Amino acid sequence: MNEFQEKNSDEIRQILAKYPPEYKRSAVMPLLHIAQRRKGYVSPDDIRNIAEILDISSTDVASVSGFYTLFHEEEGGRYRIQICTDLPCALRGAETFLQSVCAELGVAPGETTSDGFFTVEEVKCLAACHRAPVLQVQGEDEIIYHENQTLETFRTLIEDLRRHGQAQKEGA
Amino acid sequence: MAVKMVNLTIDNHSVSVPAGTLLVDAAKKVGIDIPVFCYHPKLEPVGMCRLCMVEIGRPVVDRATNQPVLEADGSPKLAFGPKLETACTTPVTDGMVVMTDNDKAAAEHKDMLEFLLTSHPLDCPVCDKGGECPLQDLTMRFGPGKSRFLFDEKKRLAKQMPLGELIILDRERCIQCARCVRFQDEIVDDPVIGFSERGRSLEIITYSEPGFDSIFSGNTTDICPVGALTTIDFRFKARPWELNAAASICTHCPVGCNLTINVRREARSGGRDVVKRIMPRQNEKVNEIWICDKGRFAHHFTESDQRLTEPMMRKGHEFVPVSWEEALQAAASQLKKAGDRTLALAGGRLANEDLFNLRQLALGLGGEAGLYSIMGGGELLTQVGVGQGTNLGDLGPGSAILVIASDLHQEAPLWWLRVKQAAERGATLIVANARPTRLDKFAKSVIRYNYGEEVEAVASLVPEYKSEVSEAVRDGIQGILGAENVVVFFGSDGLSLQGTTALATACANLLVKTNHFGRTNNGLIGVWPNANTQGAFEIGYRSMPDLAGRLAEAQAVYIAGADPAGDDPALAEALRKTGFIIVQELFMTQTARMADLILPVQAFTEREGSFVSGERRVQRYYPAVKGLPDLRPDYQIVAQIGELLNIPLEGRVASLVFLRLAEALPDFNGLTYQHLAEVEEQWPIYGREDLYYGGTGYHNHQGMGVQLKPAAQRVEPLYLPDAPEHPALTVPEGSLLVVPITRLYDRGTTMLPTSLLHERMEKPVIYIHPNLATAAGMQDGQSFQLVLNGISTLVQVIFDENAPVNAALLPRSVGVPIQGPALAQKEIVSA
Amino acid sequence: MSQYILLRHRDTPNLHTLDGYQASGGFAAFQKAVTTMKPEEVLQEVKDSGLRERGGAGFPTGIKWSFLPDKIWPHYVVANADESEPGTFKDRELLEENPFQFLEGLMLACYAVQANLGYVYLRGEFWQISEQIDGCIAALESAGLLGENLFGGNYKLSLHTHLGAGAYICGEETALLESIEGHLGQPRLRPPFPATSGLFNKPTVINNVETLANVPPIVEHGAAWYHTFGTEKSPGTKIFSLSGNINKPGNYELPLGTPFRELIYGHGGGIPGGRGVKAIMAAGASSTLILADDKALDTPMDYESTLQELGAPLGSASVIVVDDAVNIGWLVKKTANFFKHESCGKCTPCREGTYWMDHITQRLIEGEASLQDVDLLYNVATQMQGRNLCALGEFSTMAVTSGIEKFRDDFEALVKK
Ligand SMILES: Cc1cc2nc3c(=O)[nH]c(=O)nc-3n(C[C@H](O)[C@H](O)[C@H](O)COP(=O)(O)O)c2cc1C
Ligand code: SF4
Ligand code: FES
Repeated sequence: MNEFQEKNSDEIRQILAKYPPEYKRSAVMPLLHIAQRRKGYVSPDDIRNIAEILDISSTDVASVSGFYTLFHEEEGGRYRIQICTDLPCALRGAETFLQSVCAELGVAPGETTSDGFFTVEEVKCLAACHRAPVLQVQGEDEIIYHENQTLETFRTLIEDLRRHGQAQKEGA
Repeated sequence: MAVKMVNLTIDNHSVSVPAGTLLVDAAKKVGIDIPVFCYHPKLEPVGMCRLCMVEIGRPVVDRATNQPVLEADGSPKLAFGPKLETACTTPVTDGMVVMTDNDKAAAEHKDMLEFLLTSHPLDCPVCDKGGECPLQDLTMRFGPGKSRFLFDEKKRLAKQMPLGELIILDRERCIQCARCVRFQDEIVDDPVIGFSERGRSLEIITYSEPGFDSIFSGNTTDICPVGALTTIDFRFKARPWELNAAASICTHCPVGCNLTINVRREARSGGRDVVKRIMPRQNEKVNEIWICDKGRFAHHFTESDQRLTEPMMRKGHEFVPVSWEEALQAAASQLKKAGDRTLALAGGRLANEDLFNLRQLALGLGGEAGLYSIMGGGELLTQVGVGQGTNLGDLGPGSAILVIASDLHQEAPLWWLRVKQAAERGATLIVANARPTRLDKFAKSVIRYNYGEEVEAVASLVPEYKSEVSEAVRDGIQGILGAENVVVFFGSDGLSLQGTTALATACANLLVKTNHFGRTNNGLIGVWPNANTQGAFEIGYRSMPDLAGRLAEAQAVYIAGADPAGDDPALAEALRKTGFIIVQELFMTQTARMADLILPVQAFTEREGSFVSGERRVQRYYPAVKGLPDLRPDYQIVAQIGELLNIPLEGRVASLVFLRLAEALPDFNGLTYQHLAEVEEQWPIYGREDLYYGGTGYHNHQGMGVQLKPAAQRVEPLYLPDAPEHPALTVPEGSLLVVPITRLYDRGTTMLPTSLLHERMEKPVIYIHPNLATAAGMQDGQSFQLVLNGISTLVQVIFDENAPVNAALLPRSVGVPIQGPALAQKEIVSA
Repeated sequence: MSQYILLRHRDTPNLHTLDGYQASGGFAAFQKAVTTMKPEEVLQEVKDSGLRERGGAGFPTGIKWSFLPDKIWPHYVVANADESEPGTFKDRELLEENPFQFLEGLMLACYAVQANLGYVYLRGEFWQISEQIDGCIAALESAGLLGENLFGGNYKLSLHTHLGAGAYICGEETALLESIEGHLGQPRLRPPFPATSGLFNKPTVINNVETLANVPPIVEHGAAWYHTFGTEKSPGTKIFSLSGNINKPGNYELPLGTPFRELIYGHGGGIPGGRGVKAIMAAGASSTLILADDKALDTPMDYESTLQELGAPLGSASVIVVDDAVNIGWLVKKTANFFKHESCGKCTPCREGTYWMDHITQRLIEGEASLQDVDLLYNVATQMQGRNLCALGEFSTMAVTSGIEKFRDDFEALVKK
């Protein structure tokens, strides 16, 4: 049993129980989600460990991780702020909102703030077009939607996140 | 069972093909080329490149009457779909009318090529595939003349991405057809390369250690339809149109893969031809269109600067070059002196012609000829070897295959592949071994025994054998009982010469008792250590259980293609007692160092000859390069010595030696080199002008060889010995049982000169189960002096959960002498 | 609409709890089906209701269920909760606010095709919803509505969620199956169709969340009742996701056949700033652009009319309103970029075509394109059409060709002068 399996044994058992035993490989995405939750990205070690648990090659795991945009293979900011700039949102001012967010944080899309807290990213439609501008925060263990955003609500949001992240850092 | 035939029309040709045939193949059969990229006749169709789209009309059937609706002129009314369809995924149906080349289809082909070229770097002038590139060829034929895509908007990607030390990826050139990925997954079960990202960003990745960890990786460079995957060995070494080609046979294992050797004349080598690469040559009965990486890459020994280049004679402690005349004279006079105390010892990598002449010479002197081999029992195959016409590719439902004491994946990769595929087609696979191997996964039953119990394991499969049997054995018995055809492979995993001989006999008896011999697709196959071990047995050589004694007694020993002193210090010791030693070799082996006379020989690339594979297929190889002017083939040297001794031997050309051999040996009667050169039509069509279809390997027009009939098939009486007593292995308290295993990438004479494979070569290690290791006080990774039969060697410990709990595994030919199961001191002293 | 069939949570409090849902008659249909109806009868009811796929294709749901062979077992049902089409946010509201009605629909579908295992495939961004649905499933298990021997009979059923991770293509049903099986979300070759060889190579029904949410009321009230809504060929109500340049964006449940004008100016409150509406996209980013003239505005929104009269499929009914300040060239750049980002890369025309269209439209909005580039763009799109392995590739060309055909001036206004 590898270290990843030991740490998450209950959850992994529950996940594996969802699929027919001969289709164990189905658990690859759920396990990648667990891995990502811990550090915000999937490390090469995670990939090897997951491959071992599921009896598939590391290449197969990496390949799945590489296909889906929510899995990251590199460390980003503590929080990934993902703003939808897809067509319906763009018709409602999402592109301007993105610009003001970037100005606020002093980064360009795709970049991470110097304190390492936030990475700002553009994403495609989040199924929240009627509440644009909208963003999701991909944090350590969750994805949370924030809808009907303005620069003011956004400022409050990042302050909260900073506080929370800071507290966690100190608690750790 | 009669195959249902389907009639259809393709581009106005009437075609009749078996039901289930894909349109693309049906067209190919009548010489119509539908362009493809992702389709490959050996892979499952995926229909993803969309290049092969054609227009298809199907007869309209009246729902009420179930009769075809007719046009006014009486011809069947056709319905055409709104869209073109992929020919590579559409099976033929009756009455189909297919247009592969009308305006609609032609526009489609052009459009898809244009799409592919938008991402392609078009660096043909510096691309290794240039000249044999499907993308290039199809673009010339179907594609647009000019790009409408802005060059600046092309994706710039890594051009030199090594996927390990053997294969290099050019990301820009990849057209995402996934042939390589699918080959690795479907055909060889090594899914070690895959796609990452998506859309236009899709790119090949590998996460294995080492990168692209597969012994079949080179094949992907043949089927890659662009220059995205190339071998590091061939990259930038030559342009395909500069190459000449010669047919050959792989010398590394008993499968006998058909090869083509590509050569080029080079100024650097004084205007001589040089081997540039080894490619597969199609033989659907042997290797299909594949070869393993050892066959592809481990040819560098033939052009090593360590090769022996001139005859040499011992003067004191030194060797001095001598003329051939002097050398041959010396050999003749020493052999004459020795007379009936002459021992000729030959290795299984010599050609039939060499073996034949050498044996004739020894017998002519009244002496003896023996085979130097770690395995015995080959004489049994002359009686119950697989029947003529056997083709592993035909085995499927109704056939059973037993593989015992062999790690086929490592010992004979292409057999592993073909046995795996037979099992996937529905053949009952029974794998019996003391440890898990990569074939287990495909087996119906896996029988696990302890090292030393091989003969019992076979005996337990004879249906009448009475005793409590395990479920696996019961399944095995059922599998054999229920099968129309049975093929048995036996190997040398953990065995000594005596052990393999006993095992071979037990297997032969199993086949005879269950009446699975003397017929096509039935019989015994030896997983021999060398390409022509079987040939030696055919010619009358037998392995020598008491070799050390024989060597010590002989007054003259004539050793060809074997290195007993290098393998076993006891044999080196014995050789010290021998009178005169003649060594005929490629390299200065340990044995050669002990010689009185060294006769250098030509490598297989430099001469003609023939081998007999483990399936008893006699196959010939052709000279590819000239080689050094002063080297001669083994058979010729022997014949020249024979001439001096008044023993008449044929030495002019290999084909004439073969004629003599065929006269002398009943199994070969009537065979000639012409027969070996015969070919028959093979499917899929491969390696001709249309490289986009099958790949860049070679079409076979130089011979598929001839499979010998075993005695049983000629309805001759059998003389089978009973299985000899095979002493059980007892491991005294305080001892550690160490057994030999075979690895593909060993450190043998013909492997070492290929530096490309060094990283993958086996090192002096023992694989040991952690429990056994802990009991012996060993730690993972630790090095220690292993003492076997009084000889101490430094080895490294590798923990292996798959190793048995009662024996440590020691790879052969890595510098640690081991001839069979051996005992070591259990408590070790760390080095 | 006074009476909701799907968005009932808007009238009924606590519908998102099991108690609340049961209090308003929830699971009566499931109990009725399992205890009093044969699976074929449930299937027949759904067939008779004329319910058509709400995921986009508009294919009759009951007929789709009837394709499952009864010689190959087990059967599976997979709910498609991938909802990733730009402009679509209806399934999300159902999942969040009325999850049990959807789950009951899924359970009825399972019963109808005798599946004992069903999966809910959610897009990865629905992480929270997935947790919520897991909670609902657990509640159903505790309540004895999922598990063995349901209602004392032989039928058993389990449901599981499976979370995606950011890939629009996984809404395509075969890519979705690949994704559940732990592979890249790339569509499979068809045939075989999922109905004969789907999840784990077994017969599988895949249905959209909204489609499934329609099933409990149909089983409860009968097919005839269902036909009292909508048009003859497109019965029932549909949730229209209204977005873009509109005063009151949101989900509106309306009978199929409601005209665009009523949705946009009635329910949607018209265009901000009183601007004119220039174009309508009825099926999200995959839409064929509709020139918003009077004829279009008066066209009923159902599976036949929009297609026949406007040449634009209704799809998932994600109505994106585009006002007259928007340049269609810019709009096409947005859709082209979306499809380039989401193309799975498996087949050549889509992989290369979306990449190429993205580049040309980028140049276009930067003022770097020529008139020939507009033609080239059109050409690339038509060159892809009919050749892609799955519908994503086709979708990616729709706004491009219809945009250039109907709004060519906008493109010409952007080219390099
Ligand atoms: C590229 C693509 C994306 C799709 N995305 C979705 C989706 O997000 N949700 C959905 O329900 N159907 C989606 N579909 C349609 C599904 O393939 C399928 O038709 C649907 O799930 C069937 O369910 P239904 O019969 O209930 O409509 C998509 C299709 C394509 C080609
Ligand atoms: S059309 Fe696009 S999404 Fe569909 S298979 Fe082809 S590349 Fe993938
Ligand atoms: S789609 Fe037929 S060959 Fe690629």
